[in-house]
Amino acid sequence: MFEIKGLSVNYGGIEAVRDISFSVEEGSIVTLIGANGAGKSTTLRTIAGLVKPRSGKITFMGEDITGKDPAFIVGKGITLVPEGRRIFPDLTVYENLRIGAYLRKDRIDDDIEWVFSLFPRLRERSWQYGGTLSGGEQQMLAVGRALMSRPKLMMMDEPSLGLAPLVVRDIFSIIRTIRDKGVTILLVEQNANMALQTADMAYVMETGSITLSGKGRDLIADDSVRKAYLGK
Amino acid sequence: MAGFFHQNLSYFLSGISVGGQYALIAIGYTMVYGILRLINFAHGDVFMCAGLVMVYLSASLPFAVSVPLVLVFTVALGFLIERVAYKPLRSAPRMSVMISAIGVSYLLQNAALYFTGGLAKVYPEIPFLSRSVVIWDASTRVVTLVTPFLTVILVVLLTLLIKHTKIGMAMRAVSRDFETSQLMGIKINRVISITFMIGSFLAAVASLLYFTNYASVTPTSGSMPGLKAFVAAVFGGIGSIPGAVIGAFIIGICENIIKGGATIFGIPGSGWTTFSDAFTFAFLIVILVVKPTGLFGEKAVDKV
Ligand SMILES: Nc1ncnc2c1ncn2[C@@H]1O[C@H](COP(=O)(O)OP(=O)(O)OP(=O)(O)O)[C@@H](O)[C@H]1O
Ligand SMILES: [Mg+2]
Repeated sequence: MFEIKGLSVNYGGIEAVRDISFSVEEGSIVTLIGANGAGKSTTLRTIAGLVKPRSGKITFMGEDITGKDPAFIVGKGITLVPEGRRIFPDLTVYENLRIGAYLRKDRIDDDIEWVFSLFPRLRERSWQYGGTLSGGEQQMLAVGRALMSRPKLMMMDEPSLGLAPLVVRDIFSIIRTIRDKGVTILLVEQNANMALQTADMAYVMETGSITLSGKGRDLIADDSVRKAYLGK
Repeated sequence: MAGFFHQNLSYFLSGISVGGQYALIAIGYTMVYGILRLINFAHGDVFMCAGLVMVYLSASLPFAVSVPLVLVFTVALGFLIERVAYKPLRSAPRMSVMISAIGVSYLLQNAALYFTGGLAKVYPEIPFLSRSVVIWDASTRVVTLVTPFLTVILVVLLTLLIKHTKIGMAMRAVSRDFETSQLMGIKINRVISITFMIGSFLAAVASLLYFTNYASVTPTSGSMPGLKAFVAAVFGGIGSIPGAVIGAFIIGICENIIKGGATIFGIPGSGWTTFSDAFTFAFLIVILVVKPTGLFGEKAVDKV
């Protein structure tokens, strides 16, 4: 459903992403792992339309969406849960969810109910300001906010960053639940172990290029991956 | 106290009135700052242009037409300035945008100079607003009484807009985080345009009230009220709308009491009159030293 071909992205003179190609099957969980500065966030931000690529082509459901602006991309059904959560601190939890549905014209009550059933803690805190939530709660809110746009493809940039192991497990189980609801997932992670266990398909990025790809379970067994990303 | 109040009643009244006018201008400064972190130096001149356009339009059109036209013109002017002078600089350093704002300010003043030939233009007497009234043996004009009420109504409406509508929510989001707002599908340029249009609309309303009191418009008529409204916005904590409104009323009232020649610190009468403008700026310096973030200012979180 989603395909990238020969994508390159520059920041000024620096080439952050170099001629990468990959695809995402509908209904799967695909992960992109790699060291700091490999270009993972840049890739997601380019897909979301925040950064314009230098060259390459991004296709979603048969449509060329390369270089379109973010509002167009969200409207097409691609959403990004950004690195560092980026909750709106002076909007309430409820407003943060509503703003996730900014482009939608239909009723959103059922979706809010769904998000609250995924994350019951958000329901208890719906009138609290986003900025007063704990890190884990903010991550839940960031995921919930992204779901409010009714995405077909949800991209997540390091959702486990800075969270306690138990919360990380919760987040990953929620990711599977969301996939089971029919949302395709593109996941960037530092936590390679969890990511590879969860993903159907995985790509490894190194200094702007994709160097390895395969089924999540196969890569866990791969020696070079074990050394570089699993610390074994 | 009651005696002091009664004695200075007419100055209190004009203080509240001028304060309301400053408040309407100050909201434009504070909202634009809130969303772009830009001090829009041209805002006072937009206010002056609204006054000048009213002079020209009312010469040939009835008030029922010229007043709405002035509002429309000013909103369009605010929109245009943002599009032409600030939007192209969205990713430029903030100093460049600031310089662009100063440029626009001079441009508007020069355009006004060209059209007026540098002569003070007599502001029309808007029938209802210019009428005289006497309350508690202080004589004043209807505009003095109308201003504070109109200001409060507009501020309440604006607050409702920001707190309870979708566009208001988008404004709050954009003022915090451009990028994440874009990820929500918000078109930030549209939100910024709307912010400028609201600010300009309120400045146009302020110009109708203010120039009815002051009777003439010159190319530099916007500087002083613009500056004072800016001080009010800083006093209230720039970025905060209630702050700007409260700051504006305080400055308006203090300035007029001083002008009115009340006995202050045992120095009677007209001894202070000449210092009424200096007061505002002395006040600004004191605020910046004592509480740089103003009454309701957010802590110095710089936007990245
Ligand atoms: N706005 C920017 N301007 C200039 N260079 C940038 C910018 N954003 C990222 N880069 C550079 O691009 C490269 C890739 O960055 P990116 O954020 O995509 O890495 P990443 O794989 O997400 O890393 P991490 O795991 O640390 O989040 C880095 O070298 C980074 O310094
Ligand atoms: Mg990253």
